[in-house]
Amino acid sequence: MEQLTNNKIKTEEYFINMGPQHPAAHGVLRLLLTIDGEIIKNVDPDLGYIHRSIEKMCERDSYQQIVHLTDRMDYLSSHINNGAVCLAVEKALQLEVTDRVKVIRTIFDELTRIASHLLWWGVMGMDLGALTTYFYAFRDREMINDIFEETCGARLTMNYYIPGGLMFDLHPNFVNRVKKFLVDIKEHLPEYDRLLTGNVIFQKRTKGIGMLSKEDAISYGVTGPVARGSGVHCDVRKTHPYHAYDRVNFEEALLPEGDTFSRYKVRIKEMWESISIVEQLIDNIPEGDIKVPTKAVIKLPKGEFYQRVETARGELGVYINSTGTKNPYRLKFRSPGFSNLSVLNHISKGGKIGDLVAIMASFDFVIPDIDR
Amino acid sequence: MMNIPLSITTTIHDWLFSIMPEGAATITEWVLIAVAYLALFAVAGLYLVLLERKVAAWFQFRLGPNRVGPWGIFQTIADALKLVSKEIYSNQKVDKFLFNLAPYFVIVASLMAMAVFPFSKQFQGFDINIGVFFLFAVSSIGVIGLLVGGWASNNKYSLIGAMRSGLQTISYELSVGLSILTMVLLTGTLQLSEIIEVQRTGGWLIFQGHIPAVIAFMIFMIAGTAETNRAPFDLVEAESELGAGFHTEYSGMQFAYFFLAEFINMFIIASIAVVLFFGGWLSPFGITEGITWFPEVLWFVIKVFMIILLMMWFRWTFPRLRVDQLLTLEWKYLLPINMVNLVLMAVIIWLNFTL
Repeated sequence: MEQLTNNKIKTEEYFINMGPQHPAAHGVLRLLLTIDGEIIKNVDPDLGYIHRSIEKMCERDSYQQIVHLTDRMDYLSSHINNGAVCLAVEKALQLEVTDRVKVIRTIFDELTRIASHLLWWGVMGMDLGALTTYFYAFRDREMINDIFEETCGARLTMNYYIPGGLMFDLHPNFVNRVKKFLVDIKEHLPEYDRLLTGNVIFQKRTKGIGMLSKEDAISYGVTGPVARGSGVHCDVRKTHPYHAYDRVNFEEALLPEGDTFSRYKVRIKEMWESISIVEQLIDNIPEGDIKVPTKAVIKLPKGEFYQRVETARGELGVYINSTGTKNPYRLKFRSPGFSNLSVLNHISKGGKIGDLVAIMASFDFVIPDIDR
Repeated sequence: MMNIPLSITTTIHDWLFSIMPEGAATITEWVLIAVAYLALFAVAGLYLVLLERKVAAWFQFRLGPNRVGPWGIFQTIADALKLVSKEIYSNQKVDKFLFNLAPYFVIVASLMAMAVFPFSKQFQGFDINIGVFFLFAVSSIGVIGLLVGGWASNNKYSLIGAMRSGLQTISYELSVGLSILTMVLLTGTLQLSEIIEVQRTGGWLIFQGHIPAVIAFMIFMIAGTAETNRAPFDLVEAESELGAGFHTEYSGMQFAYFFLAEFINMFIIASIAVVLFFGGWLSPFGITEGITWFPEVLWFVIKVFMIILLMMWFRWTFPRLRVDQLLTLEWKYLLPINMVNLVLMAVIIWLNFTL
C-alpha cells in the first residue's frame, strides 16, 4: 500500500506553526511541525516567548524576594515552588522549622497538587473535545482557591511560605473547610471517572498513544506523573522526603504502560493519594510557632545548596551558589516542564495531529515553567 | 372549528388573487413564501444557537446568556447584528472569488433542504414525490462550500479542516443514505407527506419496523451527527487542533453563514429523523387526532427539539474522535451493519413481521 502511494501519488511534507498562539498550547509554546497529510514527521519546540529571566532576577534579589518570583514559574503549583526555595535557604542556614510549619506546608502542597491536577483534568478533556470537564474541574478547584484565599489572601501567586516558616497562621475556618472539601471531592472524583475515564472514545484516543518507555523516560530526564506513567520510581516525596512526607502513609502512583492513558491514570491516582495525605494530617496539626525567627537580611554561608521537591508536574530543583552575600551568586531552577518537553518529539512522531494534542494534554505543560 | 394555519394561508391567497392579476399574484405568493422561509431559517438558526448555549450552561453549572433581554433571549439577535455590521476581512492571498462564494454554497444547501420539510399537513413548501431523495441530494452540496472555503483561505489549518470535512461528509453520507433507505423500504414511498401518512394507521415507523428500525435510527443519529460536523465528530473545526478549521479566515457575515448553516443542518437532521422514525406531525397515540384546530406543527417542532436536545447532549459530554478512528467507525462498523440491516428489513417486510 505504501509502495503504491509512493509511486502513483506525489505527496509532500509541509511545515506548519502550532502556536505561539494556539488553543492546545495553553500558553505561548510554539511547535514547528513537519506534517505529511495528518501524520507528524517532526516536532520542534521553539521557546522564549515568555522568558522573563527569572534566574537572573534572582541574583539581584534577597532570599525573601526570590520566593515571590517562583510563583511566576509554575503558577499552578506556587506553594510547592515557594517551598523549594524556602527549603533550600533553610538547608543552607541549617534552620529547623517547627512541626506545625512542616505539617501545614504538607497540607498546602497536597491541596495545590489536587488543584493543579483538577485543572489538568479539565483541560485534558477540553483538548480532546469534551468541553464540559473544564467546568466540573473548576468547580472543585474553586473551593481550594477559596481555602487558600482565606488563609493567605491570594488565589494564584500565593507567597505564603517564607524562609523559616509561614507568612501568617491558619485561618480559624481552615480545618473545617478543608474537611468539607475532602467530602465533596471524594464524591466528585468517581463522577469524573464516569464522565471521562470510562468513555470509549476517550480510551481510544489515549490508549497506546505517545508510548514512552521506561528507558527513554530515564534518559530524557523526564520526571513527575509522566515518568511514573512509564513506571519510573521518581517521586521526590518518597525518595528524598521533605516537609512532613516521612510521617504520612501514601503510595507512589506507578503504572508501567507508558501511554497517554497511563499518565492520565497516574494523575487521577495521585489526587486520591493527596486526599489521603491531607486526611491523615488535617486532624492533627501540631501546635507551635509558625516561624523560626531569621535575620531581616538573610545571608547564606558560602557554598552550593540544592533542594528538590515534587511539584504537580515533576521534580523541581533549586540550586543556589552563594558567596556569602545577601544575594545568590547564581540560582538555577531545574524545572520539570523543560525536561518533559524534550521528549515530545520522540514520542509524537508518526502520530496524527489529534494524537499530538492528546500527548501534550497528558504532559500538562505550564509554559512559564518551561521558559522561566 | 376551522384549521388555523390553513385558514391564514387561504385568506392571504384569496386576498392576493382578488387585488391583482393572476400572474402577478402567483409571483407575489412565491416571494412571500421565500421571505417566510428565510425568516424561519434565520429565527430557527438564531434560537438554536441560544438553545445550545443554554443547554451547554445547564450541563456545566453556568447560567448561560442572561443579560440581553429576559433569560438572554435577545442575545443571539444582538450577536447577529454585530456580525452583520462587522467588516468582512480576508488576508491578501486568498482566492477572492472562491473565498466569497463558499459561504453561499453552505447556506443555500441548508435553505433548499428546508423547502421540502413537512412541518404540518398544510405547511410544506414543496411536496415532491422524491422528497427524501431531494433532501439527501441537497444536503450533500454543503460540503462543497466547506472544501472550497478551506482551500481558498490560503491557510494550512483551513486546508486540513477542509480535507477532513470532505472525507467525513463523503463517508458518512453513505450511512445516512442507507439508513434512510432502510426506512423507505418499509414505507414504499419517497414522498415525505406520504411517509407520514403511512404512520397514521400503522404507528410510528420506529415501532412498525422494530429491530431494524431501531438499528437504523441509531446509525442515522451517529451518521447524522457526523454529517453536521458536530461533536464528537467535530474534527472539521476541532478548536484544540486546528484553531477553527475551515472557517479560520472568515469573519463577519460570512462566518455567520457557516455558523448558522451548522445549526440549520442539525435542524434538518433532526427533522428527517422525526419524519422517518417518529411520525412527523402526528401526535403520539393520536391524542390530538380529533381536534381539528390543533396546530399539528407543534408536534413536529416538539419532536424535532427532543432530537436536537439529544444531539446537544452528545456534544457536551463526548470527547472528539481522531480522524482515522472516524473512518474506521464508518467503513468497518456502520456501513456493514447498515447493509445487513437493510437486508434484515427486507426480510421482515417480506415475511410480514412488521408491527
